[in-house]
Amino acid sequence: MSKGMRIQEAKKYVAAKLGVTTRDLSDNLTMHELRGELRMGRIYEGETTYFDDPSPLEAKYHIAERLGISINSVNRFKRGLGIGG
Amino acid sequence: MEAQVPTRMGDGSLVELTRSQIRAELEDGTAAAAKRGKVEPLAQDELDHLLDIFASAARFTGVDIGDEVILSQDGTGQPQMGGQIEALYQTEQIICQDSVEACHMDYSYPAVKTIVPMEQAAMKEAQERLTIPVHYGAQPDLGRYSRPNGPCGNWSELLPQMKIDEARAAQEEAMEMAVEDMVFVAESLWEAGADGINFDTAGAAGDADFLATLRAVEKLRGRHPDMGIMVGMASEMVLGTHGQLEYDGVRLAGLKPHGQMEAVQKAGATIYGPAINTNTSRSVAWNSARALTYVKPCMEKAEIPVHLNVGMGVGGVPMYGFAPVDAVSRCSKAAVDILRLDGL
Repeated sequence: MSKGMRIQEAKKYVAAKLGVTTRDLSDNLTMHELRGELRMGRIYEGETTYFDDPSPLEAKYHIAERLGISINSVNRFKRGLGIGG
Repeated sequence: MEAQVPTRMGDGSLVELTRSQIRAELEDGTAAAAKRGKVEPLAQDELDHLLDIFASAARFTGVDIGDEVILSQDGTGQPQMGGQIEALYQTEQIICQDSVEACHMDYSYPAVKTIVPMEQAAMKEAQERLTIPVHYGAQPDLGRYSRPNGPCGNWSELLPQMKIDEARAAQEEAMEMAVEDMVFVAESLWEAGADGINFDTAGAAGDADFLATLRAVEKLRGRHPDMGIMVGMASEMVLGTHGQLEYDGVRLAGLKPHGQMEAVQKAGATIYGPAINTNTSRSVAWNSARALTYVKPCMEKAEIPVHLNVGMGVGGVPMYGFAPVDAVSRCSKAAVDILRLDGL
């Protein structure tokens, strides 16, 4: 949102950063596994718990790092920890 | 005898029309927008595609795999059970939205400015509980600055009394206050960690309301280069309640979606959301064709994402509190397929 990217450009950008195709972005199975591997956060489901999945702030930290974008809440969190942002 | 297809009217009522009747509705809807908006009507192949969508008897429809767009919205976090933060979390986890928007029930920047610290606390907690972007939104709500609620003259009363100069002066006075309040609230919530700010129903009180929003966006963009800013409109045409206001040399009164978008882009917003109001006496097909005709000229010139408002009473969707999913899904697919939108 902050970059004001149009949707097709945004999909290509994200796919490239994640190392997948734009078609993969539409596949919730692929993205569920990938988000788990990259610790980007995923939907909670009671019968398949992942207790070690990241907290939302950790997930957003990984999203910001991986995609090379600035996320306001992550920057605020990092400032609070004294590690930049 | 031609088979009848279940479809909806703009008030949500279920009716049955033949395929030919639906085709006629689509052609009439695009013609109505072309005439009033002075834009090109939809092409025949586009109308053919819309006919396939609206003449389907399916309970639900969707875009093709690979054509998914981003969903932004106003006013999430209204709890059915629990509190605001739980509602936002449920919107992420159960409804699976792409983003949410924290807000106050009194969805108005002049109202929210009085309780900003509480909204900041809620935003901070929301950012710790959710992974998807959490925006903050409200309406410019220029009318609230007029008497008896506010300090300025009431232009709604002054205009029928033919006190035009006084009405314009009252709006100009209200604008200054509105800009200050919008910037104050937006900066406060940005400081609390918001991922973006939404100015919803910009222009609802006319051209002064729209200009106040544009000026607020300009100021925020100047101070915060990274801030995501969404401007959602109130209707397909900006009312000339003042009549003489301009932005960057362009008269705001009477602006249609493509003109609105250019102003919003110039001001520095990062998402533009046109709103085309639903005619409750016409069919959903008519309303959808009309809405898409109005918005189509935006798409070639858009430099920022365009998220058409497709919700209660806008974008072809019926004006009804519980919008039927058959109508919502058809209007959504129609908008994405024809306009190649960035989002809804």
